[in-house]
Amino acid sequence: MASKLQQLYKTFSLQELRKGMGVTGRQFFNKKTTIMYPEEKTPKSPRFRGLHALRRYPNGEERCIACKLCEAVCPALAITIDSEEREDGTRRTTRYDIDLFKCIYCGFCEEACPVDSIVLTDIHEFHMEENEERLIDKKRLLEIGDKYEADIATARKQDAPYR
Amino acid sequence: MIYDSFVFLTGWLPEPVQTISWIGVKIVAIIIPLMAFVAYFTFAERKVIGYFQTRVGPNRVGPKGWFQPIADAMKLMFKEIVVPARSNRYLFLFAPVLSLAPALAAWAVIPFSDTLVLANIDAGLLYILALTSMGVYGVILAGWASNSKYAFLGAMRSAAQIVAYEIAMGFALVGVLMVAGSLNLHQIVTRQSGGFWEWYWLPLLPLMLVYFISGVAETNRSPFDVAEGESEIVAGFHVEYSGMGFAVFFLAEYANIILIGALMVLMFFGGWLPPVEITPFTWLPGLFWFGLKTFVVCFLFLWLRATFPRYRYDQIMRLGWKVLIPVTLVWIVVIGIGKFYTPIGFIFS
Repeated sequence: MASKLQQLYKTFSLQELRKGMGVTGRQFFNKKTTIMYPEEKTPKSPRFRGLHALRRYPNGEERCIACKLCEAVCPALAITIDSEEREDGTRRTTRYDIDLFKCIYCGFCEEACPVDSIVLTDIHEFHMEENEERLIDKKRLLEIGDKYEADIATARKQDAPYR
Repeated sequence: MIYDSFVFLTGWLPEPVQTISWIGVKIVAIIIPLMAFVAYFTFAERKVIGYFQTRVGPNRVGPKGWFQPIADAMKLMFKEIVVPARSNRYLFLFAPVLSLAPALAAWAVIPFSDTLVLANIDAGLLYILALTSMGVYGVILAGWASNSKYAFLGAMRSAAQIVAYEIAMGFALVGVLMVAGSLNLHQIVTRQSGGFWEWYWLPLLPLMLVYFISGVAETNRSPFDVAEGESEIVAGFHVEYSGMGFAVFFLAEYANIILIGALMVLMFFGGWLPPVEITPFTWLPGLFWFGLKTFVVCFLFLWLRATFPRYRYDQIMRLGWKVLIPVTLVWIVVIGIGKFYTPIGFIFS
């Protein structure tokens, strides 16, 4: 009987409703967690796997030796490589294409690379307007590598102790 | 003063034409600010719910997002209106209008302040009751005319819900009627003069709560929004509507919310009267107090939406028929006995 009356009191005093509204009411005055995206960004790990790049040695020589390990390890078959002998007798790539739509950004290519040539940079804000643009070739990859070499090198250095 | 200059400008017209055009001017003077408030109430809703969810809400269009409703309106106006192939074309297009028209027409008898009212009619409360129950026909017609399962389910749910809550709402207003002894909204408010503790919310506390809850249900707002229930029946009765058709339903919903807020204020919170009748408060115009109180009630609607999950359908029916209606009936009897047969009858007047 007493518990029934208690229940009745609870129902008609809207106790639970008021409690719930109190919880949301407190949130109203809390600090907002929104990040104003284009102006503000969340921090990124040095391991972040974004757009691909091909690196060079400090003397300007491209690192890639066309061993095709990345092509072999790629689970999505996103990499296509052709190679031939250069005048100085070294093996070099004539074609190095990555299909950005096929790529799953797993980073295996970077792990497989014996000369740290192919890397995944931390660039994640890129887009394409034409379907063909999804294929990025050797020239473009080297350009990205040249442009962001400093960032790539610092990120690799930061992560080196843990690899 | 405005009326004098209006008479001066239109003095060459015959008398009836002049009267009708003056009424037209007054209607425009109500509808245009109302539409602006409705537009900005949608913005307020998005902002306020954002704040409740520790987000900031829309803030990109214009300074601090203040042009968001304008952008929304532009978008909706330029969208294609799709009429489903096997729908009932005329009813389909008529339904949004039928939903919006009563929501706007009800404002004719709302006294915004002591003097600002379009039609101060004696049966104002009855007129309000009649018009607010008209709105549901728009919803039912929309569901029927769409020739779509989900829309039809939404319409049926809405119809059953409105039938249940309309009764509780009517009974809650019967209580107001008994206490005020008048159907005229202006008189109902003036009877409440004397400050915060003289307003009807105190003697009619249960009825006030019932009226508010049924008001939320009547406007198909969360937590009683089973008529649109996104997770179960997509968007309910307005599934098939796009562009302006959808926008008109949207306008009607928000105009109804503001209307219920205004009615709450008139019936239970002293309309345009200040909470304390001493000098600094009485200096402010009645329109200000009316607007402020209405805003508070409308804010409660948003707060409810941000807090509670949707009621299950059978629970809505249970609440309507087995809780709210008995509560109102009991309290009407309490008012009747209290007012006429006990020495403390002055509480109920």
